[in-house]
Amino acid sequence: MSTATADALSASAPSIRVDGVVKRFPGVVALDGICAEILPGRLTGLVGPDGAGKTTLMRLMAGLLRPDEGRITLLGRDTVRDQGEIAELTGYMPQRFGLYEDLSVMENLQLYAELRELPAAQHKETFERLLDFTKLGPFTKRLAGRLSGGMKQKLGLACALMARPHVLLLDEPGVGVDPVSRQDLWRMVGELTDGGMAVLWSTAYLDEAEQCESVLLLNAGRLEFAGKPEELTRRLEGRSFRIREPAGDRRRVLAQALDLSAISDGVIQGLSVRLVTRAGASIDAVRPLADAAQARVESVAPRFEDAFVDLLGGGPGGTSVIAELMPPVALANDIAVSCTNLTRRFGDFTATDRVSFEVRQGEIFGLLGPNGAGKSTTFKMLCGLLKPSAGSAHVVGLNLAKAASAAKNQLGYMAQKFSLYGLLSVRQNLEFSAGVYGLSGAQKQERIDEMIEAFELQRFLAAEPNDLSLGYKQRLALACALMHRPPVLFLDEPTSGVDPITRREFWTHINGLVRKGVTVMVTTHFMDEAEYCDRVALMYRAQLIALDTPDALKRQVARHDDHEPTMEDAFIELIKRFDAQAAAR
Amino acid sequence: MHATLIRLRAQIVKELLCLLRDPKSRTIMIGPPLIQLFVFSFAMTLEIQNVDLALLNRDAGNASLELVQQLQASRLVKRIRVAQDEAEVARLIDTQEVLAGVILPETFSRDIAAGRSGTAQILLDGRKANAAQITLGYLQSIAGNASMSLRPGSGGELAVVRHAFNPNLIYRWFVVPSLSGILVTLIALMVTALSIARERELGTFDQLLVSPCTPTEIIIAKAVPAFLVGTVLASVMMSAAVFIFGIPFTGSIGLLFACLTLFILSLVGIGLMISSICSTQQQAILGTFAVVVPAILISGFATPVENMPRFLQWLAECIPLKHYLIILQGSFLKALPPAEVFANAWPMAVIAAVTLTLATLFVRSKLQ
Repeated sequence: MSTATADALSASAPSIRVDGVVKRFPGVVALDGICAEILPGRLTGLVGPDGAGKTTLMRLMAGLLRPDEGRITLLGRDTVRDQGEIAELTGYMPQRFGLYEDLSVMENLQLYAELRELPAAQHKETFERLLDFTKLGPFTKRLAGRLSGGMKQKLGLACALMARPHVLLLDEPGVGVDPVSRQDLWRMVGELTDGGMAVLWSTAYLDEAEQCESVLLLNAGRLEFAGKPEELTRRLEGRSFRIREPAGDRRRVLAQALDLSAISDGVIQGLSVRLVTRAGASIDAVRPLADAAQARVESVAPRFEDAFVDLLGGGPGGTSVIAELMPPVALANDIAVSCTNLTRRFGDFTATDRVSFEVRQGEIFGLLGPNGAGKSTTFKMLCGLLKPSAGSAHVVGLNLAKAASAAKNQLGYMAQKFSLYGLLSVRQNLEFSAGVYGLSGAQKQERIDEMIEAFELQRFLAAEPNDLSLGYKQRLALACALMHRPPVLFLDEPTSGVDPITRREFWTHINGLVRKGVTVMVTTHFMDEAEYCDRVALMYRAQLIALDTPDALKRQVARHDDHEPTMEDAFIELIKRFDAQAAAR
Repeated sequence: MHATLIRLRAQIVKELLCLLRDPKSRTIMIGPPLIQLFVFSFAMTLEIQNVDLALLNRDAGNASLELVQQLQASRLVKRIRVAQDEAEVARLIDTQEVLAGVILPETFSRDIAAGRSGTAQILLDGRKANAAQITLGYLQSIAGNASMSLRPGSGGELAVVRHAFNPNLIYRWFVVPSLSGILVTLIALMVTALSIARERELGTFDQLLVSPCTPTEIIIAKAVPAFLVGTVLASVMMSAAVFIFGIPFTGSIGLLFACLTLFILSLVGIGLMISSICSTQQQAILGTFAVVVPAILISGFATPVENMPRFLQWLAECIPLKHYLIILQGSFLKALPPAEVFANAWPMAVIAAVTLTLATLFVRSKLQ
């Protein structure tokens, strides 16, 4: 360690100082006069919606971009002038870390050791330290491409830590990582900050931001807030409420509440509805709604997410135009999706082991589980992307193995990557989706026009999907999936890496559709999203280990009555219990 | 059935747009093959011209003078380097300053004057085996001409060669039609090999598989654009052969186009087969090259298939280009009779049927 660094650390001076930084890209100001400090020995969260400038700021700090105005100093070095030194002092883990998927874990480590010019004598000891730290020891021979999302992030972290950096920049390390692996990542980062390292963790997940010691909140290139997350949360004191277990349709209650001018934001939380009022507005406006549903309105502690959404001007309204357009779904049978003894083997490996359940019409059914638990495999079999080795799956009473085409006509599918054709324009994407679901002539035109109007795509019809903002990409993907008015909708991690505002808009549509009788199957890593589900199936080691309402699952793990576990607590606890039982057997 | 047609149309439109909507990819699809046709037509010359020769003439008689004059006058020879001894001839060949050396002994003119046959020694650079062979042929015919003019009427033993179908042996008559086949092979394989792999890489393939489209529909939709691009390119190239290069077309245009259809279908089948087993575009490109280079070399374009080992001859039967080249060259130069055309057309039909079926099965197996 150089003396300058030692001085910087001992004085507890900021590790990074951002001074009036402006960065412009053609046609857009990505960062507009940012001033901030990042302290050593502390985990700082970099929060903001998609396109806020998080990645740009990180790349500026890592010396990969030059600021147009202002300067950044990192441990006393200027990121432009002393770029060579910056590279040695920082570990930077980009969103899609540059792991070589065709190399094994060990080969990746060796490669990064060489790139970092680590002396050969130190290789062995360094690798042992990193493998021990990341618990990747048993997997050194596995190809990086075959690791789960969580393990990939850990390996990326190990590579970024190769040169013992003093500053660690992590760009959305939590995307696509299940809660168990995420806990591991948090533990690792905690150890690093305890050792005096400055860690910057960018995220669109607000439960992650809440755990940081301090946060920088970016929106549209401006720094909206810097400080402890609690400070921001405290501003919302007295504005967060819950309508406890309303009778009847809680989604209707939420939709109506969101359409009130006094309410700025709201979500479904298990059987209850959580609301945030606008600044200065009173909760009294929702009381008639609550009374009609024979439910109490209670005051709850604000969350960081409430404050975040409020700072960004509140969430979207409660009415989904597209859902209004859909005719109510009427199925002959109450069961929309079902599977019996669904099993899938890959060679010796059983990915899904005798899974059976039934999903009722109009239900949101969540499929949860850690990476590699078999939820993707199960999901793929349910929507006809994979053939089961044994057992059967039905959609709207149609067997996917026997009447594949007819069954597939009944389902809509939207995946994490949105799967839009980048080479086609927005309009051509819509026309393609209408065509592959057999729509033609006047009916096709009518449906496309409906979608364009409902999702406000008019301005972008000639644009390519890749040029759209994340929110509009999501709208387009949803429009394509709903074009043929499917009674069943399959959503594969639909909001992974999506910011809270975009996510709320998405769920407004889904809630509206469900109220029309559409059945929704969803996989997610995002525990708040599980709260929207009517029932949740938890998969672990190829088996279905729990199936119940979110509230019931949370109650199962509550230690005493006044303890309110989160969905994430329930998830981790249920898996621990299963492991303990398996060990006892 | 109606729904199938609607789905097919939507998919075909999508494939065509993916291929042709972007002006850049449109240019890449059409431009380079046409440029290559012209460049290769001039580059792939099998003729030998403008050769430098070393000459060691120990004879000062009439006969040697006549021979040297004939050499100087021929199109073959650019420059004659006069050597003083054998060592110099050897050095000139060693340093690749000349391709061949001609040594005329002291007795050359004397022998011919005496009615015996004169002997000249020819040294060739074996490193350039093919060019040396052809040069030797030319030198022999020049020597024959010289002997004719020295002793008119006595050259009865000299055969006169006449080449059927291409009397002047213009190499371009042979190269240009073949090139149209080769370039179409490349483009058709590339377009199809990338199509499924690209969708898989970008995640749109899953979206396609959850739709009601069947694997057969997917394969048909993928085959159409490559088919159209291939047909248009081949037509343009063959027109260029006739109207720009002035190559005679003696066969049946209708039959040739029917065969072109089969040819491109078989290529599309191979391309889709490659694409359906690759998961990234990079794999698909590498896969295409693994197939296309040997396919061109074994097709009989550069070397006759009949001279290859038996095993490779069988392999050549599986290569659409081999059959198509026979039909193509035949249709251009020798008015290939329909029976011959059919004999070479049905293997392509078999290849197309097998590969397209396999591609469909591979796509279906992705659903397993």
